[in-house]
Amino acid sequence: MIVAPCYAGVDCGSWNTKAALVDSTGRIVATAIVRTGADVQAAAERVVTDLLARAEVERSALAELWATGFGRHAIRLASSSRTELDAHARGALQFVPGPLTVIDIGGQDAKIIVVDAEGRRIAHKMNRKCAAGTGSFLEEMALRLDVRIGELPPLAARSTEEISLGSFCTVFTGTEVLGLIRQGKQPAALARAAYRSVVKRVLEMERVEGKVVATGGVVAHHPMVVELLEEAIGTPVIVPEHAQEIGAIGVAMAARQAAAEA
Amino acid sequence: MPPAQREPASPELRSTARLKGLMAAHFAGVDRAARERTAPVAWCTSVGPVELLRALGYEVFFPENHGALLGASRAAGETMGRAHALGYSPDICSYLTSDIGAYLAKKTPLARYGLAAPPRPDLLLFSTNQCREVRDWFEFYGREWKVPVVGVTSFRDVGTVEDHHVDAITRQLEGLVPALEAVAGRRLDARSLEEAVARSRACSDGWRDCLRTSARRPAPLTFFDATIHMGPAVVLRGTAEACDYYLALREELEGHVREGRGTLRRERFRLYWDGMPIWGRLRDLATLFAELETSVVASTYCNSWIFEALDPRDPLRSMARASLELFIARAEEPKQRYLERMVAEFAVDGVIFHDSRTCPNNSNARFGLPRRLRDGAGVPVLVLDGDLNDLRCFSDEQARTNIEAFVEQLEGAGPRASGERARYA
Repeated sequence: MIVAPCYAGVDCGSWNTKAALVDSTGRIVATAIVRTGADVQAAAERVVTDLLARAEVERSALAELWATGFGRHAIRLASSSRTELDAHARGALQFVPGPLTVIDIGGQDAKIIVVDAEGRRIAHKMNRKCAAGTGSFLEEMALRLDVRIGELPPLAARSTEEISLGSFCTVFTGTEVLGLIRQGKQPAALARAAYRSVVKRVLEMERVEGKVVATGGVVAHHPMVVELLEEAIGTPVIVPEHAQEIGAIGVAMAARQAAAEA
Repeated sequence: MPPAQREPASPELRSTARLKGLMAAHFAGVDRAARERTAPVAWCTSVGPVELLRALGYEVFFPENHGALLGASRAAGETMGRAHALGYSPDICSYLTSDIGAYLAKKTPLARYGLAAPPRPDLLLFSTNQCREVRDWFEFYGREWKVPVVGVTSFRDVGTVEDHHVDAITRQLEGLVPALEAVAGRRLDARSLEEAVARSRACSDGWRDCLRTSARRPAPLTFFDATIHMGPAVVLRGTAEACDYYLALREELEGHVREGRGTLRRERFRLYWDGMPIWGRLRDLATLFAELETSVVASTYCNSWIFEALDPRDPLRSMARASLELFIARAEEPKQRYLERMVAEFAVDGVIFHDSRTCPNNSNARFGLPRRLRDGAGVPVLVLDGDLNDLRCFSDEQARTNIEAFVEQLEGAGPRASGERARYA
């Protein structure tokens, strides 16, 4: 049963716009995902319409709608915003108590967020102005391997061969992959190598300690990233339910908290 | 943050009008000397031994100032490529590549001061206390114009400044004198040097006092304002005009302190900036921080023109010591101690390290210092990737997210300045 009023969060990402609805008790009622495309406003409208339909809730039941993600300031539906660093930390804390380290891998950025035992965010790192270590890198690798991005996980799962991709740069790694294809390396091994490369780049950003929670679209759709993360850091990695919508959940929770404190 | 909550960027200080006049007069003066041959003209690195030049009657031009103007006017993006094509890597100092590129493209932001080009020097004087690039930069012009390039090859990564360091730099300064005298056509007069050092020290003290007003809450001067008001400390060090300017600016700032007027109506957080300014984004960043009701109250960069060792009773040795005590010339350990002092003196809630892609010498995030400062002083830190002039190395959106997230982090951490310190496991 939904306890009104409700709070919505919209996470406007580079590839997908995600939304989450929580009720006044903090229960996650529904989530939705649409492609962002070139029109951020239209994507926000679409995802909220979809969200409310899934939740079977009228728009009038929404007390607040807050935004996060790269397009957070542009979304006219939103009355306020939080950064994705804040939203992902809050979202992860709904599923796992602190202290914890959140590793979020999105379409065009990767971030590591450190949260203390009281749930306070105490440090963060984002990737440099570079696509390596993000979903865009995997898109480029899929292109080089002549598969669609959705075909990359099953392709990589067919290999256990370890190939190390040495380049820092997505474009140069693409060139390196082409060279390896000419040398006869199998696409499955190269797909696995692409995931290994993402994990390496992310772990170079910051020392990862304690409980680790992984979120974001790349984590949700590319399980090998999690497998290789666990292998690299030597501890289990928690992937919460709604890993892709965690930012939307977090910012909806922030809206709810702000209303409660007002 | 919705627009309704936004704060305006800091209002201009009354002294700004005087500053503009002073800078315009400086550029016009050097230009006139170069064109009419009324005085010898030297180019000098920004923290080089300018007092020797003042004492010998040179008019002095500072190419780093020109580089900053190219960055602030966003002309650098158009000029750097010319230098890259000449073999100067995009990975080296973008002041150098902006400036040499501007020379090749025959462009200058000094046009708004009525100058067709930077004034042509009779001599170039460098000190590598800040980096080696300045030497290569000056040697380009030395070859181009067939004029002498002289300088000091300094120590770098200095731990404790020892007498043997000072002795060595003093000897180099003494060794410069004949070349400087030959171009000036006159002998160095001991009294003139003492007076130049005394004026530099007075300028330095005045500038330091201005900067220290922002130790008060609310801060009357932000880092972004200070990058503009430091102009005379850079280009007029060793002159009476610079000393007078900082007396007037200090009076204005102290007036603001007495009245409790800061640059922001509400100063929620106070930050320290380490590293170079991002010249092409000064206004945008100032506005962003103002929107976040956060004041960047102090910086290593603006402090770099404080030379407390200067002493007219011992001019050359004190110049040597002052050049060695500069933050940029120091090793990691004294840098950390310095930043800890600044954190305490200015009661800041956080420290931003600008990791400037083409300026490794003034980027202090590359050997673990942010983490050590965070753990040692208990102060939150943020590393921003960017560059002094090459905006291709800077992402507006990513910087905005990083800064907003840092302020959100401070909101959740509680008021540090009242004594509460975030703890790091």
